[in-house]
Amino acid sequence: MGKTLVEKIWDAHVVKRQEGFPDMLYIDTHLIHEVTSPQAFDGLRKRGLPVFRPQQTVATADHNVPTLNQHLPIQEELSRYQVDMLTKNCKEFGIELYGLGHPYQGIVHVIGPELGITLPGKTMVCGDSHTSTHGAFGAIAFGIGTSQVEQVFATQCLLQQKPKTMKIEVNGELGNGVGAKDIILYIISKISAAGGTGYFVEYAGSAIRSLSMEGRMTICNMSIEMGARGGLIAPDQTTFDYIEGREFAPKGEQWDQALAYWKTLYSDEDAVFDEVLTFDAADIQPMITYGTNPGMGIGITEEIPTTESQPENERPSYQKALDYMGFHDGEGVLGKPVDYVFIGSCTNSRIEDLRQVAAFVKGKQKADNVEVWIVPGSKQVEAQAKQEGIDKVFEEAGFMLREPGCSACLGMNEDKIPAGKYCVSTSNRNFEGRQGPNARTMLVSPLTAAAAAVTGKIVDVRELV
Amino acid sequence: MKKFEKLNSTVVPLPIENIDTDQIIPARFLKATTREGFGNNLFRDWRFDSNDQPKADFVMNDPTYQGKILVAGKNFGCGSSREHAAWAIQDYGFDVVVSSFFADIFKGNALNNGVLPITVPEDFLEKIFEKVFENPETAIEVDLENQTIKIAETGESYAFEINPYKKSCLINGYDDIDFILSHKAEIEAFEQNR
Repeated sequence: MGKTLVEKIWDAHVVKRQEGFPDMLYIDTHLIHEVTSPQAFDGLRKRGLPVFRPQQTVATADHNVPTLNQHLPIQEELSRYQVDMLTKNCKEFGIELYGLGHPYQGIVHVIGPELGITLPGKTMVCGDSHTSTHGAFGAIAFGIGTSQVEQVFATQCLLQQKPKTMKIEVNGELGNGVGAKDIILYIISKISAAGGTGYFVEYAGSAIRSLSMEGRMTICNMSIEMGARGGLIAPDQTTFDYIEGREFAPKGEQWDQALAYWKTLYSDEDAVFDEVLTFDAADIQPMITYGTNPGMGIGITEEIPTTESQPENERPSYQKALDYMGFHDGEGVLGKPVDYVFIGSCTNSRIEDLRQVAAFVKGKQKADNVEVWIVPGSKQVEAQAKQEGIDKVFEEAGFMLREPGCSACLGMNEDKIPAGKYCVSTSNRNFEGRQGPNARTMLVSPLTAAAAAVTGKIVDVRELV
Repeated sequence: MKKFEKLNSTVVPLPIENIDTDQIIPARFLKATTREGFGNNLFRDWRFDSNDQPKADFVMNDPTYQGKILVAGKNFGCGSSREHAAWAIQDYGFDVVVSSFFADIFKGNALNNGVLPITVPEDFLEKIFEKVFENPETAIEVDLENQTIKIAETGESYAFEINPYKKSCLINGYDDIDFILSHKAEIEAFEQNR
């Protein structure tokens, strides 16, 4: 019997398999950031251990950094201390750090791919659930807790149960104004925020194949929002073209060897998945969330499902979510006013996202009732945007192009949405308080966010493109 | 790591589905660089209002419901990988979390900190909620060795599953690093043979 892609990569990284124990899985690349690493470094000190393979570890500061005036010392004391701790720890343990001020600094899941660190066939982990992003290259990549960060520091290995496998196929052509973000929001709305728990998902089908690497990263990024540990896409020419020539990508003879191996990375035809789901791209319209988990999404012209249509024991939680959002059973979302638009996060802050937004807003003006924050995923994305004049387009439209970081996706820094305000956001989570205490988040694609920015309300972007 | 064998305790019921880690510990409290003290901010925005006053209608502010077992609706711990969620639950004083479904990463984080996540069927979970709301003194007995969870008053019990390796870690207070380090030669051999 053939193997799935997940099985091929997984089995190639098992150091030890033993009855009654989880597999001991070798980790090729460990990405770290300031928030989930300090306690792990402390753990090493207490045990008197070094980082076992520091050259396979890369660090950046992203979660709590300010997105204005990054050249100045961080004003918020606790954030400054945490970022300083990362610098100190990386120095002590010999880890490469792309910290504030470095031209490679940025959101950890943006810089890995753009530097050619993320490669097909690798195992990659980070103390962040959106590590699933790197699966877009045909890697096994998943988020871990801080105890596991310490384990990888100490041993370059993790004890992991081999996950079940799920294939999600999306076939057909996407409509105009519909993109990768809409595909993944659609899938999650169909299978729920827990529908992928226990699985590693492989995305396949013609609609997935037709996506750029940026689009594929958006899809894999949100695998965790359906509970899946990770998601991946078999590498193809699109993948190889993206990687070739990047800073840390293999070169010369090593490139040829790597490429030959990467071309073996696909699920065999007779491979058996534990679960297979199939969707039609033509059914997908621009998506938006109306509730407090990413599974609570609808097509932008649809109505919010009624509480009565929910399973009886889940109705109180459902009603609580609608109350929090200030929405009602059965109403539509079109025309609802918007207070903030956030374009950024590890889901949608890459150059392609900014290009798409810029192309749409060029010559248009921001609506008066909206504040628009655009946060590039990395210093490289920021530099590229400036080189292409995208910053000028934003400036003329009245948008603010800030500096790289996780920003208002999780509101750890100053970029918080005020209580009760509606934020149309390209990020990945609409949990209660995620973007600030009592903030109300609606998740959308960059294009739908741009349309909200110029109209000041929720609109169907298909009517504007 | 703290050892776990048996527990007999009343419970705190939280019959809400999809409780995410941003509710368990909001991101603005993740700036600490130690593992201690997160219990004060457990469920911060559900427990306290914007003036830091306890919200009377939240179960953890109701002295009727106390104990070392938290019982919650399905898909508990979804969202972010922040281990701070497990630290907050433990620091507040919970040793066991019961739900009909746990998010993967949270479950792993809990086990790595000596907090036992017990998955029970939906109807058993409903029974616990029913009994506890009827009588807040209802005690739950957890026996890890025998993998059972029992409603003391009615004797209804369920045999829960746990990975045998993780079970022995909890009972003995071992963690994964101790185990993996004992296989370091094999890791180096694996690296050599690639």
